[in-house]
Amino acid sequence: MKLHEYKAKEIFAEQGIPVPSGILVKGPEQLKELQHPVALKSQVLVGGRGKAGGIKFADNIDDAKSVLEELFKLKIKGLAVKQVLVEEKLDLEGAQELYLGFVEDRAAKTITAMMSAAGGIDIEQVASEMPEKIIKKQLQPGLKTLNPYEAREMAIQIGLKGATMTKVADIMCKLFNAMIVHDAVLAEINPLVITKDGMIIATDAKMNIDDNALFRQKNLLKDVDISEEYTPIEQKARKYGLAYVELEGDIAVIGCGAGLVMASLDTIKLYGGEPANFLDVGGGATAENMKQALEVVAMKDNLKSIFINIFGGITRCDEIANGIVEFEPKIPIALRMMGTNEDEGKKILKEHGYNVFDSMEDCAEYAVKLASGEEGR
Amino acid sequence: MAIIIDESTRVVVQGITGGQGKFHTRVMREYGTNVVAGVTPGKGGGEVDGIPVYDSIREVMELADASIIFVPAPFARDAALEAISGGMDPVVIITEHIPVHDSIEIMDRAVSHGTRIIGPNTPGILSADKCKMGVMPSHIFKKGSIGLISRSGTLTYEIVDALSRNALGQTTTVGLGGDPIVGLGFIELLDLFEADNETEAVVLIGEIGGNAEELAAEHIKQNISKPVIGYIAGRTAPPGKTMGHAGAIISGSAGTAKAKIEALQSANIKIAEKPGDIPELVKSSI
Repeated sequence: MKLHEYKAKEIFAEQGIPVPSGILVKGPEQLKELQHPVALKSQVLVGGRGKAGGIKFADNIDDAKSVLEELFKLKIKGLAVKQVLVEEKLDLEGAQELYLGFVEDRAAKTITAMMSAAGGIDIEQVASEMPEKIIKKQLQPGLKTLNPYEAREMAIQIGLKGATMTKVADIMCKLFNAMIVHDAVLAEINPLVITKDGMIIATDAKMNIDDNALFRQKNLLKDVDISEEYTPIEQKARKYGLAYVELEGDIAVIGCGAGLVMASLDTIKLYGGEPANFLDVGGGATAENMKQALEVVAMKDNLKSIFINIFGGITRCDEIANGIVEFEPKIPIALRMMGTNEDEGKKILKEHGYNVFDSMEDCAEYAVKLASGEEGR
Repeated sequence: MAIIIDESTRVVVQGITGGQGKFHTRVMREYGTNVVAGVTPGKGGGEVDGIPVYDSIREVMELADASIIFVPAPFARDAALEAISGGMDPVVIITEHIPVHDSIEIMDRAVSHGTRIIGPNTPGILSADKCKMGVMPSHIFKKGSIGLISRSGTLTYEIVDALSRNALGQTTTVGLGGDPIVGLGFIELLDLFEADNETEAVVLIGEIGGNAEELAAEHIKQNISKPVIGYIAGRTAPPGKTMGHAGAIISGSAGTAKAKIEALQSANIKIAEKPGDIPELVKSSI
């Protein structure tokens, strides 16, 4: 789960990382007065919001209110702006921008720490073109606090000296605390600004929380709005506990097990079709789960056919068949079913006039033909 | 032969008194697995289907060699660390949705004890006609000479079934687990299959996310003489969306199916376009 900048900054501030003072507003009327010039930052969970016009500045309350009017009408990469962080504007002239981050490292099975003197909006370009400018260090697995000397070594390596070096190292340790305390898989400050007069402050903040750890991070879920990260159909699927991803095509795909569903999408594509979604009903799906899965995929407009691919291990084919029969889909279906209680499942479906395939490839091909109108049901 | 587990493996089930633990203990025994004990803290002294239940791994150290874990995610870290410190090997973690920070800790402890971890979020491991530590449907497996390593569950069943139907039996089938951080990987298992006399060829089933397949390709070039046949799921997956498995996500340009397929092909590995093509590719390689 990605956190908004304001939420990540709250967490950083709790850990003692300096962040600009600010307030979150959900409408222009919520801003009452200004003590100083401000930056107005749209809170959306996509990169490149600055370039998309989602970050503005204002010197007085009237300007700020009219900027807010504008921002709340804005859509950034399809996402409506629903919250704006109004922050004290800093004098960034001549300031230095650093990058500090921690990320889960699969291959090394640990957390990797990263630091760079070339922070700012172009960090991804730096990472691909001048990777040597980002210092990386794989940490001892299971570390609960970052050793200050390790943070200092990194700060020295990126060219920092004296009090600035020790302060940045201290912020690095605090950022690591935020990562550990909140079960993050990514925690980033980009940029960490060092102003001309030596003030050090995190002007942006990014955190991704491990979805599997949300059971022990419940306080983070309090004010989270999932409407932003997911489409309406994806939200419905989440309610039912189904793994669904919306895609561009017109052939809906339902299967059990993530790997098999991915393989089903690929096979549809091989035969010239375009999958409309990824949907994994999960292991041990009941008739009710299957009905819900059909309801979810059918929400998408312009569907031409539905490809259902079941290899029953703990999933029982008769349960799946009952779900299909009860839902009575209006869209033509290509069905493939194998495994546990296969005969019972096939019997139910045949009684209702459905044709069932044994091979997933043959069935995928049939689904593509149904979609192109080459085959009727 | 088979790798990691066989008929001599004595298995303890952690979480044997839960619904999943109870059900799969029965199914594993039906397959021939020698389940000698169960552990559920607080339920010691009882039994499940005639199998004695203990409070801790310490009490079964002399009875059992290997552990399979069915306990819920919030308690899985503790169960795994207990199994490792009690000398169980391998430790198969079926549990899904274990937090990444917990997995990091489990894997680190396993490395320092020399314990082989399979999973988490795995269907398990099965040595055909010898021993099953997992939840896969037993009837699709057939004894033979193909080794199988996979990051997926049901897709593994699909491919095992296709192999068995084409008279291509298996030595050992291993599900690595669908999480970003897992124990044994392609490389360790490729080495074990390379050393196993009975295994003639290895089928490697990967999916999008991470770079495990790319690293395996490099390793195969240098160290593996047996034929390897590959399949990668997720060619059509869009970047930034998790495809069911926590590990199956393309971030930036890394982890795409295209990059993985190219890496494997550069190591002379034949890549199946569809799961149904795998048996033919295997037959033409052995």
